[in-house]
Amino acid sequence: MRYTRPVLVALIALMPLVCMPAVVAAVEDKTVINVGSKSFTESVVLGEIIRQLAQAEGLQSPHQAQLGGTRVLWNALLAGEIDVYAEYTGTLMQETLVAEKLTGLDDLEQALRARDLRMTAPLGFNNTYALGVKDDLAQQRDLHAISDLRQHPDLKLGFSSEFMDRADGWPGLQRRYQLPQQDVRGLDHDLAYRGVASGSLHVIDLYATDAEIEYYGLNVLQDDLNYFPAYHAIIVYRAELESRAPQVVRALQQLGGKIDAANMINMNAKVKLQGDSEAKVAREFLAATFNIDTAIQSESVWQRFFRHSREHLLLVLISLSAAIVVSVPLGIWAARQPRVGQLILGVVGIIQTIPSLALFVFMIPLLGIGGPPAVVALFLYSLLPIVRNTYAGLNDIPLHMRESAEALGLPSAERLRVIELPLATRSILAGIKTSAVINVGTAPLAALIGAGGYGQPILTGIRLDDTGLILQGAIPAAVLALAVQGLFEGLERYLLPRGLVGNAI
Amino acid sequence: MLELTQIAKQFNGSVALHALDLNFAHNTTTVLIGPSGCGKSTLLRMIAGLVQPDSGSIRFEGEPLTRDNINDLRHRMGYVIQEGGLFPHLTVQGNVTLMARYLKWPVARIDARLQELAQLVRLTPDMFTRYPAELSGGQRQRVSLMRALMLDPDVLLLDEPLGALDPMIRYELQQELRDIFKQIDKTVVMVTHDIAEAAFFADKLADSIVLLREGRVVQQGSLRDLVQSPAEPFVGQFMTAQREPLEHLQKVLR
Ligand SMILES: Nc1ncnc2c1ncn2[C@@H]1O[C@H](COP(=O)(O)OP(=O)(O)OP(=O)(O)O)[C@@H](O)[C@H]1O
Ligand SMILES: [Mg+2]
Repeated sequence: MRYTRPVLVALIALMPLVCMPAVVAAVEDKTVINVGSKSFTESVVLGEIIRQLAQAEGLQSPHQAQLGGTRVLWNALLAGEIDVYAEYTGTLMQETLVAEKLTGLDDLEQALRARDLRMTAPLGFNNTYALGVKDDLAQQRDLHAISDLRQHPDLKLGFSSEFMDRADGWPGLQRRYQLPQQDVRGLDHDLAYRGVASGSLHVIDLYATDAEIEYYGLNVLQDDLNYFPAYHAIIVYRAELESRAPQVVRALQQLGGKIDAANMINMNAKVKLQGDSEAKVAREFLAATFNIDTAIQSESVWQRFFRHSREHLLLVLISLSAAIVVSVPLGIWAARQPRVGQLILGVVGIIQTIPSLALFVFMIPLLGIGGPPAVVALFLYSLLPIVRNTYAGLNDIPLHMRESAEALGLPSAERLRVIELPLATRSILAGIKTSAVINVGTAPLAALIGAGGYGQPILTGIRLDDTGLILQGAIPAAVLALAVQGLFEGLERYLLPRGLVGNAI
Repeated sequence: MLELTQIAKQFNGSVALHALDLNFAHNTTTVLIGPSGCGKSTLLRMIAGLVQPDSGSIRFEGEPLTRDNINDLRHRMGYVIQEGGLFPHLTVQGNVTLMARYLKWPVARIDARLQELAQLVRLTPDMFTRYPAELSGGQRQRVSLMRALMLDPDVLLLDEPLGALDPMIRYELQQELRDIFKQIDKTVVMVTHDIAEAAFFADKLADSIVLLREGRVVQQGSLRDLVQSPAEPFVGQFMTAQREPLEHLQKVLR
């Protein structure tokens, strides 16, 4: 019976692979438009607006919300993994395409065309760095533009540390406007808002459409010397949409100039400060602006929990079982062929040192976004402990034990199966346990490339500064880590032959 | 039965065995003895095919050992080492019947052989389900011997089979082991440190003791030969160095 155990383990390990196609499928439909957004509220709201516009045109439009930053979205757009997302002209011109030294919107449009991308006209707001003062102070001192500050050297300034340090932040601003203020300090952004509300600070830096602008009753000073680069919101999309879904392109073009700064601040505030869903805010905007009525299906807390659980479990199960199926043979190979072994251990070790976000971004051109690249990344991260422990477990079998098996006249493959692998069981299982914990611990990051799971509520919670939401992801993830550990401990009790329990060989 | 011709072995440039010739005749017991590191175990491991000689050849009933036939020939040799070499994850029964099961013997035949061997080495069947960790050192060596004898091999290779046992058990097992060897007709090659043990096992006329030193055969013969006509002074030194056996020696010679 004992001989059947390894087979059994292999079967258990392979089982989740059967579920793989469920994750891999789900793309490739001509009438689908994939919408993306970055992991901050404004981007998600704009993503929802795009999604609902497309939906109103009768298309299926899944929204990959809060992906892990500009790199991820830009690469996903180029790779065709998403078709459209909201971007800022400044981000494209100052960061993504900075090497091309673009100087205006026409330049930018040209550069996008060269990549088979298109952009809409600016939506109507410029989410750049800005300076804000309280409304009453602005009226008192008659402050409308940044140059007005020159007449008031007594004002206290408080800036986020990033803004203080960047050459294009405070130092440059002071030089351009010849600002005389002496009392300038660096502090946390949230504290700055509270400081200006309480009156202990007078002028702070902010993004022009921050939700807090409305909440704290702030006035945004006009950049009358055009110091800050423009961050006009635009929508970028793949050129093929023009033939594939012309009605959607038309709808997107209509958004040009329809969202002004006050409008955007208001929408951000509704989500961040009043707790409305992005979908609801987007729907209200479309109803008010275009008279479009879109049905939004809302998920209950439990439905969402089950969806995240399913996504997360699938990520972990598939990547971990694939890692087991691959690493154990790799470890055996390494133990049998010392030279190949060094190579295998080296490569697997190097993989472990690649930062996860870098690995995700690297994989977008190959595997796109969503489940598959996340599974592959988690799979790669799970290799090292199992390979190394399989290798060590086999190598640590005492020579006299190995020779006893050989002297019996058992062929090499049989020795491996009935003697060496069972003797290495404890070490191999320890490696699998380590991998499982690393895997479960890394899986939440998969939400950064749209693979969902418990990372989703964690990301949203961080974005909205909502501890409850963070815990909705963090607690199940921790419980899962414990459960997986427990599962393998149970498996060890079942798999480890009595003769090996409690005593080393 | 076993013919070693000019076999030599070096490990990382240091010589473990100089080219040596040895013959082990059918149904005789040959005891290899000599100071630690003189190459006894290496010689035995070479016969079992665990170590490849750098030069020379080993023949089993005239057939040279090769990579291709080694596993078949191993089925005709039993190998027992000092630590027993039992697999800790298998029960007594699992250890003993491992090879027979691999060779797909019928269950009835395996059971019959198991019972027969248990009787031979005086183990009770209730031990069959125990794991090696649950056995005493003496019991472990009995199980090792059962495993080595399972396929009824022609040759038994024993590397200090009693070396790890305390003197009482060792004495008891010596007697039993010799009785066992008398019951079965095997070519036995045994390594020991103990000249008395060597004399005790190599007690038939055809048996012999082989004294090795630094990878060379110093002398081959009966105990009487070694004592009465030592080939070189080292033989005498080696005998006197073993004080405790000298008492036995006198008994045997009387
Ligand atoms: N695998 C190996 N690698 C390197 N050197 C080895 C190896 N096996 C044996 N030797 C060396 O070969 C020589 C003979 O070793 P061997 O084990 O045959 O001695 P022995 O006569 O059995 O000694 P002991 O009575 O202590 O068991 C020793 O010098 C030993 O260090
Ligand atoms: Mg030895």
